[in-house]
Amino acid sequence: MLLELDRVTRRFVGLVANDAVSFAVAEGEILGLIGPNGAGKTTLFNLISGMLKPSSGRIRFAGEDVTELGAAACARRGIARTFQVVRNFETMTVLENVMVGAFNRLPASAAAKAAALEILDFTGLGARRDALASALTPPEKRRLEVARALATGPKLLLLDEVLTGLTPTEAQAGVELVRAIRRRGVTILMVEHVMEVVMPLVDRAVVLDLGRVIAEGKPADIVRNETVIAAYLGERYRRRVEAGA
Amino acid sequence: MASSEPRAPLDAEARYRRRQARIGGLVLAALVLAPLAIRDPYWQNVLILTVMYAGLAQAWNILGGYCGQISLGQALFFGIGGYVATVLDASAGVPTLLGLVPAGIAAALASLLVGWPCFRMSGHYYAIATLVVAQIGYLLFLNWDAVGGASGIFIPYVAESWPHLQFRSSKLPYYYAFLALAAIVWLASYALENSRWGFSWRAIKDDPIAAESVGVRIFRAKLVAAAASAFFTGIIGAVYAQFVAFIDPDSVLSGQLSILITLPAVLGGVGTLWGPALGAAILIPLSEATRSYVGGSGSGLDLIVYGALVMVVAVAKPQGLVGLVPALQRHAAAARVRREAARAA
Amino acid sequence: MTAETLIQIIVSGLLTGLIYALIAAGLSLIFGLMDVVNFAHGEFLMVAMYAAFFLWVAFALDPLLALPVVAGFLFLIGVMVYRVFITRALSLKVNSGMAQIFVTFGLAIFLRGVAQFAFGPDFRAIRGAFLSDKTMSVAGIYLPLPQLAGAAVCVAAFLGLWLLTTRTDFGRALEATREDREAVALIGIDRHYIFSVGWGIGAATVGIAGTMLALFYYVSPIIGDVFALIAFVTVALGGFGSLMGALIAGLAIGLVEALTAILISPAMKQIGIFALYLLVIFLRPRGLFGKL
Repeated sequence: MLLELDRVTRRFVGLVANDAVSFAVAEGEILGLIGPNGAGKTTLFNLISGMLKPSSGRIRFAGEDVTELGAAACARRGIARTFQVVRNFETMTVLENVMVGAFNRLPASAAAKAAALEILDFTGLGARRDALASALTPPEKRRLEVARALATGPKLLLLDEVLTGLTPTEAQAGVELVRAIRRRGVTILMVEHVMEVVMPLVDRAVVLDLGRVIAEGKPADIVRNETVIAAYLGERYRRRVEAGA
Repeated sequence: MASSEPRAPLDAEARYRRRQARIGGLVLAALVLAPLAIRDPYWQNVLILTVMYAGLAQAWNILGGYCGQISLGQALFFGIGGYVATVLDASAGVPTLLGLVPAGIAAALASLLVGWPCFRMSGHYYAIATLVVAQIGYLLFLNWDAVGGASGIFIPYVAESWPHLQFRSSKLPYYYAFLALAAIVWLASYALENSRWGFSWRAIKDDPIAAESVGVRIFRAKLVAAAASAFFTGIIGAVYAQFVAFIDPDSVLSGQLSILITLPAVLGGVGTLWGPALGAAILIPLSEATRSYVGGSGSGLDLIVYGALVMVVAVAKPQGLVGLVPALQRHAAAARVRREAARAA
Repeated sequence: MTAETLIQIIVSGLLTGLIYALIAAGLSLIFGLMDVVNFAHGEFLMVAMYAAFFLWVAFALDPLLALPVVAGFLFLIGVMVYRVFITRALSLKVNSGMAQIFVTFGLAIFLRGVAQFAFGPDFRAIRGAFLSDKTMSVAGIYLPLPQLAGAAVCVAAFLGLWLLTTRTDFGRALEATREDREAVALIGIDRHYIFSVGWGIGAATVGIAGTMLALFYYVSPIIGDVFALIAFVTVALGGFGSLMGALIAGLAIGLVEALTAILISPAMKQIGIFALYLLVIFLRPRGLFGKL
């Protein structure tokens, strides 16, 4: 198991964002993290990537206890992430953005630049390399953030709603990209809302509600799970699934 | 969404770097030859001060411009460098040229000491802390009799010599000393800009949270920037002490000096390669001109001009005057693409 | 040193501290409202002192009577600075924080130049006003009336500020804007109006402090330097955005300064303040009462 969460809990004043969350991510899989708004998904990402520390519980990554590590240390060990609201370096070009990521593993400029160029080609942003990040379209900005995260050479990539708000064509391209990333050998943990897109994509899914894990398993099983339907998917989705099955 | 258009024929990054190297060479050549055209000792003095401030501003720019940590107490490192070199010379006979290195190192260490608590603070808090720390330094030196206290140290002239950086017949060797230092700091900026450090600093300035998420160690990067910045500032301070043959807290540790060090970069363009030099080239001659042509430094007119200039540039052209010269800009290619797109639309 | 001398020093320090507190309050108000540090705050004080000086010398208007005039004048300056410069700095997409720092910095230099140009670089002083050179004796402690009056006015001003922010509609709007400056538009509060008035009030408080200060302190173009640093340290110590913090910190700073001057040396009195500041900031970066 590449990532193991053991009863991870995070409390804020007056709110328990994550309540004894436990699950594991196997190397090479694509795991979906779904649930209604406020379920604690982004907080969980913040905990895994080191931006926040859990109130209790442990997080193990590649066999090492990373619970107490900060964001930079986690990135150096191979945990990369994107943000729900895109955070690119607006004053830098597309290439420079990705180079910052590449420098995580490659101290020399020439090597970092070469790696960045390769990633840009891989993610389809090659033609925009000299454009300022602020000048990109929203889907391109999302793609840039993914490219930058990829450039850090991660073993685990946390994607926070990268497919949300895209047109069907863009979403399909995004799905292809996620699959291509997995083929490169990167394990993916992704938060998503768009069920039609995500369920065919992920190997397994974990469902959160009000901070707790309420279901875990293959997508086909999840969508039939009564608790999940009651909490999140709704009756209409069940009917749609049964009609399609 | 893979692109099928061909990539731009020449690498924009490489073009930028080659262009800056060429311009740098030209500017250096021009400055080396400048004293042949400028013979008047008064204006040669202005030239010397301009080049000195260019170096100081360039050093400040490493921490304040690239990394975005606005230090308003830079004079502290200038003064420490000056005092260390002077005292080493006066008490241990270390020729100033050799003393430059310990001076720079002492200043760098001081900056680490200051940065350790201060870099935990953000933005405004940090700026204020640097003001306070510099003022503490000033007061400490003012009351430190072993290094002259308020009266300072007069540096006796021994003989014309490069090791001791003492020249009396002409001040021009000092010009070349400051010019060499300014060139070195410029080269350091040029190299750092394209290095892992430079990218880390710019990322920190742009979005620290995003920077951390891709592995940038913020605290460490800030300390490195501070040390580099202070190192060069200290060395320039050491040369300055010999230049005026005198050192006291008012001349090397004052708040006024700290302000003066930051202004050229603000005017010319913070975080750019040429901004500090451009700003110094405008600000210093301007201040001397207003001082001498409008009746002495007591008139306040130079302050009025400075202040107005800084205010206008800060809000009207925040990227600095460098923004007016496309050849000096890092993202000229991107800007050009945008202009063309706007024209086509 | 006698107990009497010690008490004298303490009282003197507290009186001065109240003035520091009022100067800091204006700065704190502006920052708490909109996250902008006014690096020209010391120069606002300088302008106030020169205004009081000018009114006295040109029109024989006693500083006590000039208080509302100078406060009003500074109010206008504050509003103008906000409307002309700060709005522009805040609207920048890139480097907005740096722009704020430097535009107020530039303003400080500009104002100092104007003062020097108009009044020359020499020190000036108000002489022969109603309270000048008068002292009062209370239980063997000598209280110079100008300082006493200054302290009293500052306390009144603090009270006024407190009433303004807690009891009036405007005060509530101010507080709301402080909590969430984006959302207030939804309930009909004009952010720009609030900010303008906030700047005006912040400057006016300094106008009051400056007028009283001019009664017993020299007036010069560099006065801004001296007091700005103390103001920043006071606000940072008390916590940006906190009125109570400004008051407590001001008193603390005044006290420490007075004690350091006697116990160590007058030349080092500032070191005591700065050491206190550094200590508190290191242990508690947001200051005593500040919200980060």
